[in-house]
Amino acid sequence: MSRRQAYDGVVLAAPHSVPYERYSTETAHHWLARGLKGTLDAAGLSKEQIDGFSVASFTLFPDTPVGLTQHLGLSPRWLDSIPMGGASGVVAVRRAARAVQAGDADIVACVAGDTNQIDSFRKLLSSFSRFAMDAAYPYGYGGPNAMFALLTDRYMQEYGAAREDFGRICVAQRDNALRYPHALMKKPLTMKDYLNARPISDPIALFDCVMPCAGAEAFLVMREDEAVRRNLPFARISATTERHNAFPDDPIQLRGGWAVDVDELWQMAGCAPRDMDLVQTYDDYPVISMMQFEDLGFCGKGEAPAFLRERDLKVTGDLPHNTSGGQLSAGQAGAGGGFLGLVEALRQVTGQAGPTQVRGAKRALVSGFGMINYDRGLCSGAAVITGGDA
Amino acid sequence: MSVLTDLAAALAGGAVEVVDLTHTLDPDFPVIVLPPEFGQCARFRMEEVSAYDHRGPSWKWHNISMSEHTGTHFDAPVHWVSGRDVANGAVDEIPPEAFVGPVCVIDCSEGAAEDEDFELTVEAIEAWEAGHGPIPADAWVLMRTDWSKRSGAEYLNMREDGAHSPGPTPDAIRFLIEERHIRGFGTETVGTDAGQGMHYSPPFPAHYYLHGAGKYGLQCLKGLDRLPATGAILMAAPLKIRNGTGSPLRVLALVPKEGA
Amino acid sequence: MTDPLSPPPKKNPQKAQRVPTLPPGIRSRAAMGLTAAAAEGRFMLQHCAECGTVQYPPRDACCSCLSTKLPWRDTDPSGELIAVTVVRASPNLYFRDRTPWRTGTVRLAAGPSVVCHVHGDCEKGAEVRLINRLDRAGQGVLMALPKEGTPNMADDPELRELTADPKHRRVLITDARQDNAPALARALLDAGAAQVFVGEAEGWRPYPQRAKLAAMEHVTLLPLDVTDTTSVKELAGEIGGKTDILINNARFVRPGGLFERGDTTFAREEMEVNYLGLMRLAQAFGPAMRSRGADGVNNAVAWVNLLSVHALSNDPAYGSFAASNAAALSLSQALRAELRPGGVRVMNVFSGPTEDDWHQAVPPPKVTPNAVARAVVAGLRDGLEEVWCGDVARDLVERWRQNPKVLERELTGGEG
Repeated sequence: MSRRQAYDGVVLAAPHSVPYERYSTETAHHWLARGLKGTLDAAGLSKEQIDGFSVASFTLFPDTPVGLTQHLGLSPRWLDSIPMGGASGVVAVRRAARAVQAGDADIVACVAGDTNQIDSFRKLLSSFSRFAMDAAYPYGYGGPNAMFALLTDRYMQEYGAAREDFGRICVAQRDNALRYPHALMKKPLTMKDYLNARPISDPIALFDCVMPCAGAEAFLVMREDEAVRRNLPFARISATTERHNAFPDDPIQLRGGWAVDVDELWQMAGCAPRDMDLVQTYDDYPVISMMQFEDLGFCGKGEAPAFLRERDLKVTGDLPHNTSGGQLSAGQAGAGGGFLGLVEALRQVTGQAGPTQVRGAKRALVSGFGMINYDRGLCSGAAVITGGDA
Repeated sequence: MSVLTDLAAALAGGAVEVVDLTHTLDPDFPVIVLPPEFGQCARFRMEEVSAYDHRGPSWKWHNISMSEHTGTHFDAPVHWVSGRDVANGAVDEIPPEAFVGPVCVIDCSEGAAEDEDFELTVEAIEAWEAGHGPIPADAWVLMRTDWSKRSGAEYLNMREDGAHSPGPTPDAIRFLIEERHIRGFGTETVGTDAGQGMHYSPPFPAHYYLHGAGKYGLQCLKGLDRLPATGAILMAAPLKIRNGTGSPLRVLALVPKEGA
Repeated sequence: MTDPLSPPPKKNPQKAQRVPTLPPGIRSRAAMGLTAAAAEGRFMLQHCAECGTVQYPPRDACCSCLSTKLPWRDTDPSGELIAVTVVRASPNLYFRDRTPWRTGTVRLAAGPSVVCHVHGDCEKGAEVRLINRLDRAGQGVLMALPKEGTPNMADDPELRELTADPKHRRVLITDARQDNAPALARALLDAGAAQVFVGEAEGWRPYPQRAKLAAMEHVTLLPLDVTDTTSVKELAGEIGGKTDILINNARFVRPGGLFERGDTTFAREEMEVNYLGLMRLAQAFGPAMRSRGADGVNNAVAWVNLLSVHALSNDPAYGSFAASNAAALSLSQALRAELRPGGVRVMNVFSGPTEDDWHQAVPPPKVTPNAVARAVVAGLRDGLEEVWCGDVARDLVERWRQNPKVLERELTGGEG
């Protein structure tokens, strides 16, 4: 069976979220620097004390993480760039953990973030990928909204989902966001608001879409003994998976790469979906969250609408989900969106989530999804993390 | 030089009038039309080179192009096969005194108004001479038809069997050349020959005989009704084109004012 | 069912004209294969030469077997419309001006799924057929149409963006003296053109079909001589702001190449009409047409050149004429580039020998005025850039594509 080695002796610590802003006149460098400083401060470290650096960002151009080392005065012996958008959090953990485990680095700072200048979302879209340029933008230029509208339309046809089913996810997340101090969306959302919202790309309406913003998220990966020595709350990595361009022959995306690797995930984690105290799905659109519940084993294919109808997704509910409001209510800080769930989960299982804290949370599932290269998201990943005292 | 002093005074005082017998060079002014398998007479064309703009900030000018036989123009002897060997038969070789001289105007306007194929005959010439005296040697003879008042399709008057416009008979042209020793012959139509001139023997007799005899042609003249039958001086100097067979012209006439 | 397109109302003189915008026009080199096919209205996709996989979006290697031999081939356009959305918000100015915009996913019988424009008459889940057309940026795009024709189908707003349909548009035909002028005028009127202007050179010279043209309703004869800059400018001043389609049918043709002619007289005429005539028209009419690319129902939409197929490869019997057409073809590409910002397309209609006085000694098949007129209207309706009119033109372009040097040798003869 699996020859995979466990992530023994490696932990995640020092979660930090830089409060988001809808628009920023600053650069990605600014936001990434604040993310890095935040996680270092949380751990009581100076930047000279880290020797690994992992960066995920779309708006660093013309720089890369290499240029960022000089910009920020870092001399790491291990450097990584994670160009995987919504999957970047899980992937950053996987890579950094193995580097620490192998001794290639002792402490890796993982940072993700982007700026959002007035026109930067449009510019980002226009240079996103070759297939998008060749085969998506020329058809209405709806961006990801249009592509996910098509998936949502197909999903609704195929599985009989109703808009209310998606709305339930969005409404619950808004409720969670009201507790999360850094969320951009601070107005309560009712199902009526959701259903009557301005249509964007049918069947997707305003509250199905994330709001692009500026921000950064960060955490540290280190040996467990290091965390203990420094008296840092930490989480262990129970299992991870990563998959790209899964099911290429599916005529339209109704499942993600999680479905390929779901058995391995739970086997490695040694637990099951029901054991999760909270779930952080990648929620660029609610249909994708539904697919994650299905493909990660919470219910069968096409059953997520019914499954979620019976669940309470709020912080106080029986299946706390996207407890900081998710991207739908907290905002999507570019590649930072790929870190949002992970950083929040890390706070949760280490008991540092404050107003969004799920009581007694110890185990969390975090999943990621990214890169709408053309008609579907190509990257998917998942991780189960467990609070240090468990 | 008292003649010229007198002339200057007459011009200044209005006793001698300068009359312009020239059509404006205009891209849409008709030219002779040959069967389409032949090369055609180039229409007048004008292209702006600059007009006080980015192409030349302080000046305006045009490049122009046309045939030697476009608009009001001069036919030199070498224009026709019969004149190919005439001495000094190209426009640059013709002695300049040929360009200024006396002019007789034979009024055929009434006949041309009745008959678009009106012919100028020997009889008609003699009848004119009966009224105005004999045509002097080395004079220009112009056939007034008022054809220059026509415009558009009426001017060439082209039908399926060709153009219809007045012109001289072969005999009339020979008479003017052989009996009256004229300098040249001019018309208000597109050629010195009649529109149907190709059906004479020889075809295009005016061209054939005039140029064969070293005489000159003037075509597309305008406003011959402003000239007296006799007594005017015609000035028609072609551009000095090497080996040129003709040239666009500015044709002027000095006309003594009646009663002056 | 598509609502029939109403004739445009009179323009509100106090309203600013809409500035032309374009859909995204940047493509990879591989994707331009779609554009090349769309220029002729063909639905083509990459077919792997080694494993036969049909793939989309266009790639540089086969996603099944990694072969890099990926010829473009005509492809079965049938498929099923498996998902539909209506884009109502777009950051792109072109689409922002044109929302709601219907987009969908079609699973092709040939294999891949494609995201494409969707005709309003296509039902979700229904069988559709894809077409490949040039959009306003001059790039190939795919659109799903209902499997069978529907009433007023061409009036669908998304489809009309991809075509240059003459319906409700005002057309200038530049040369009334050409044999094909009456047939062109008739065909355009039959196709719904609101008005046909026909340029008439040298009104002082009669020509056979004048009466026929003058008798047609909605046809106006206006002075225009493409060899006379002033005349071209004057007409542009008069109707340049309401010329939605310009059909340059002015042509000077005489048999002959080099030695037999022995001079440049006809060659000058050929260049004056066929090449410089195009240039004068382009300079006088082009800028206004480009600025009117988004001017409502009767926006400026197409420029049509009628060319000899020997623009591609010389026919020595008409050597000088062919050369002038080669010059015009080349200039048409420059014109295409300069009209593109307005979304106005340039369509070249290539014919072989035409049925007229100047091809008496050429054996049939020859292209008739009616055939040219049909090709022009069909090409406009499909929004093409390249139209091959008649068997000779189709044969010649096929051979030219196979090997231009071989074709040149074949055409330059000398056998025996």
